[in-house]
Amino acid sequence: MSRYIMTVDLRRCIGCQTCTAACRHANATPPGVQWRKVLDIESGEFPDVRRSFVPVGCMHCADPPCMHVCPTTATYQRKDGIVGINYEICIGCGYCAVACPYQARYIVHEREFAYGERPTEQEEARFDARRIGVATKCNFCSDRVDAGKENGLVPGIDPEATPACVNACIAGVLQFGDREDPHSNVSQLLAENQFFRMHEELGTDPGMYYIFDKK
Amino acid sequence: MSDMKIPPGRITPWHQNNWDWRAAGNFIGGGSGTGLLFFATLAAANIDAYRAMALVALALVGGGLFCVWLEIGRPWRAINVLFHPHTSWMTREAIVAMPLFACGLAAVWFGGGVFVGMAALLGIVFLYCQGRILQASKGIPAWREPKIVPLILATGFVEGAGLAAVLAAVLPGENPRWLAGVLLGALILRRLAWTVYYKALEKNGLPKKAMDVMRSFGARFEMLGQLAPEILIVAGIFYGAVLPWLTLVAGLVAAAAGWWLKFTIVARAAYNQGYALPVLPVRGQGEVKPGIRPGWSK
Repeated sequence: MSRYIMTVDLRRCIGCQTCTAACRHANATPPGVQWRKVLDIESGEFPDVRRSFVPVGCMHCADPPCMHVCPTTATYQRKDGIVGINYEICIGCGYCAVACPYQARYIVHEREFAYGERPTEQEEARFDARRIGVATKCNFCSDRVDAGKENGLVPGIDPEATPACVNACIAGVLQFGDREDPHSNVSQLLAENQFFRMHEELGTDPGMYYIFDKK
Repeated sequence: MSDMKIPPGRITPWHQNNWDWRAAGNFIGGGSGTGLLFFATLAAANIDAYRAMALVALALVGGGLFCVWLEIGRPWRAINVLFHPHTSWMTREAIVAMPLFACGLAAVWFGGGVFVGMAALLGIVFLYCQGRILQASKGIPAWREPKIVPLILATGFVEGAGLAAVLAAVLPGENPRWLAGVLLGALILRRLAWTVYYKALEKNGLPKKAMDVMRSFGARFEMLGQLAPEILIVAGIFYGAVLPWLTLVAGLVAAAAGWWLKFTIVARAAYNQGYALPVLPVRGQGEVKPGIRPGWSK
């Protein structure tokens, strides 16, 4: 059994937001919707000031509260751990959004455009009416993962089977792979480094691992 | 974790914008309606009074559900809400609503019998589901506190007893004097549930802005929503001649305070979790530093 996760090497991230842009391009999300975003955190007081860049999004929890509360079963969990949404049955009640402790879900009620009142060529071509009035979020580019695997590719290794944000990351911050495979890229990284997961105390068993130092 | 200076905006908890007054309306209508349905079985002087109370109760529950319907993004798919009874308390609430309305209307139609008791019991189950809906919202610290369940139950009983007292006073028939005692008991129960809930929030911490809302609300709620109706009832007990009127006013105040409580929790104190780092990462030549949880009370 696989469990796909993402590792985030916080030592490397420079906050360039290329992952954000790549995600928006790959998934055609509307303005204000960032399935992958990077927090810019400045902490401390002069002269001891620290700046951290922290990519966040859906954590694809092993015990996802969004799925448990969903009254329609629109939110589901695949056998490989990826949490998805069936837009055809979601009613847009927003319960999943208040159940998610990572603020990873968006509901857009009207079609919006990035520049003015008319869609750009890209927005027109990629518009998906199914996404209006329902919950949306990062799906680990599951279409890419599935298509790649069907062609014998390895998610996290072969770009054609890997989420767009990971492919786009210029600093090698984001890595994707199978946590259950001890030889996978992510398992190796986690074996060699110290890491944490956000809001772990809430018991969601999140699937994004933040690396902060070597062992 | 320390709370160092963080630029406001995207890091600290912010107020969720998915559930607004319409969601609060569901908890208000559902709580008051089911509470009234329960107390109508005791307080109604005759079958006509029961019918009136039960119809008001069902209208409140229905109005609350209609509020939710107004809020959902795809209202014409609302039937899908019934798909997930395995784990979703929202589904369970919707499922219980059906026999609740069936039994409630049957009780009104037949004017008594087993349907009266069944409607009252199903109302309590519906109310319990509402409490669990909030508790399951893990992303909202003020809601996920388990003590919110007894609070939602207690305030539902207070609202129901309060409205029953109001309706018993205005409907034809004898106005039972013991209803004042029942309302006072429910108020004491709600005071206890509120205190336990609030202390749990203080102990476990909340987003600062949510804590500010609860602190400011709590002081006024305890005075106006709890103490005032309690004093009115006690005064009425000592001056028996005015007891029915004081109970009516106390009932109205107690019910309104319950609506205020739920509106505050659902629509004003619903700050999300925000983000936190258990440790700050090594960067360049630096070292690992203690983590941050900006915007939290503790």
